Amino acid sequence: MSQQPIIRVQHVVKSFGKVTAVNDVSFEVRAGEIFAFLGPNGAGKTTTIKMLTTLLRPTSGSLELDGLDPTQQQTEVRRRFGVVFQDPSLDSELTAWENMDIHGVLYHVPRQTRHERSEVLLKMFELWDRRDDLVKTFSGGMKRRLEIARGLLHTPKVLFLDEPTLGLDPQSRNQMWTLVQNLNKGEGVTVFLTTHYMDEADRVAERIAVIDHGRIVAIGSSAELKQQTGTDSLEAAFLKLTGTSIRDESATAADQIRQVSRVWRR
Amino acid sequence: MSVIYVLWLRELKKYVRSRVQIVASLGSPLMYLGVLGFGLGPVFQRAGEGKYIQFMAPGVIGMTVLFTAMFSGIAMLWDRQFGFLKETLVAPVPRLLIMIGRTLGGATVAVLQGALIFVVTLIVGFRPESLLAVPLAFLVIALIAVIFSALATAIGSSIKEMQGFQMVMNFLVMPLFFLSGAIYPLEGLPKVLAAFTRVDPLTYGVDGVRGLLTGRTHFGVALDVGVLLGVGILFVIFGAWRFSKLEA
Repeated sequence: MSQQPIIRVQHVVKSFGKVTAVNDVSFEVRAGEIFAFLGPNGAGKTTTIKMLTTLLRPTSGSLELDGLDPTQQQTEVRRRFGVVFQDPSLDSELTAWENMDIHGVLYHVPRQTRHERSEVLLKMFELWDRRDDLVKTFSGGMKRRLEIARGLLHTPKVLFLDEPTLGLDPQSRNQMWTLVQNLNKGEGVTVFLTTHYMDEADRVAERIAVIDHGRIVAIGSSAELKQQTGTDSLEAAFLKLTGTSIRDESATAADQIRQVSRVWRR
Repeated sequence: MSVIYVLWLRELKKYVRSRVQIVASLGSPLMYLGVLGFGLGPVFQRAGEGKYIQFMAPGVIGMTVLFTAMFSGIAMLWDRQFGFLKETLVAPVPRLLIMIGRTLGGATVAVLQGALIFVVTLIVGFRPESLLAVPLAFLVIALIAVIFSALATAIGSSIKEMQGFQMVMNFLVMPLFFLSGAIYPLEGLPKVLAAFTRVDPLTYGVDGVRGLLTGRTHFGVALDVGVLLGVGILFVIFGAWRFSKLEA
């Protein structure tokens, strides 16, 4: 596995009016690794992903993805990553196959490759039998799997997963992470994920950045973080680093709408 | 081109699949045709203006196109937070192509819906003067559809909250409809109202369709089409600009 950084973030700040969502964040993600942003709601995880995926511009600081600048070379950068957003971005009135196909067209994947790879991915994610069903009939877990499959259709170098397991049952979660790990090993795709579940970060990620209040508090493997804090679990390490446990309860109004919409769309 | 095509096709597929929505969207035009048509018909006739259904049918077609086109753009608000829009925003394609695909799709759906209402008006007694003019009338209908799809894209890109939807309906879509001369003649209006009707693009749309289908026109079809083309170009540019500024 190469040690070359595929993502480089230096002193990035993002403010929305008076609120500073991301405050002087710097880190690197190595090509081929699974990297996790661990932090509570509102810590700046999603904002960072939005900046790396060209949806937001940083207030200051510099970003780099595969040697390119997401604020300048948007189209080139967009070809190189796949992303699964926190909120669903599937078209639920279309079938799984149609969702894949539109994605392929948007990413200029030639027809034959598009069809072949869609088949491979849908089979891998156990959605092949349901390919001609409307997405609105899918369960939450199936939708997530479809989004990941779709994000991989154009063979990206980096896959961003923003809270991919939110709202999923433990079984779907397990299955999803197994798939993601297999893909990471099989295709060598770099995975950048965010989560506020410690067990997931602990299990899946090679390196973890603990983020709170828009700042990175510590970076390292799970073992390193435990060693650094002199604790024996990631949870305890997190507590020591941030001074708080994960604040599940401090969800914003938007988070609540999200939860409700997830329930309704399931 | 394939990007525009695939996004256009998406809107169409969704339309064809939403049978319930198609039936439901027939509700308000039917109400206008039925209640207003039969209710005001006798007064209209007594005023020496002829059959009201002949006058009103183009207006109701225009209304349908307006409502459908505006709605497709406003659906974007939902799409933005919990839907497909973000998928297109991070795709390595120029925003302009995405905007054109969506807008053309929305416009096509609006034209189809207009055609459906056209058939309904035929059933309730509307008779176009010449069948040859029908395709021409549909070109005007297509212009109306593009104008309001583009406007809807601009609005959908500019407001964030779903509550904004109600405001757009009350303060934009309904006035656009009521000021358009869809349900009353433009002749002899009070000056203020007349001025308002003249800044409403739908006025020229309805007048053009009415002129082509029934021979009765206030401005003349040539002027109507000219204004529609001008406004259309303006709104498409405006919509594309707003859409390009969209932050997810």
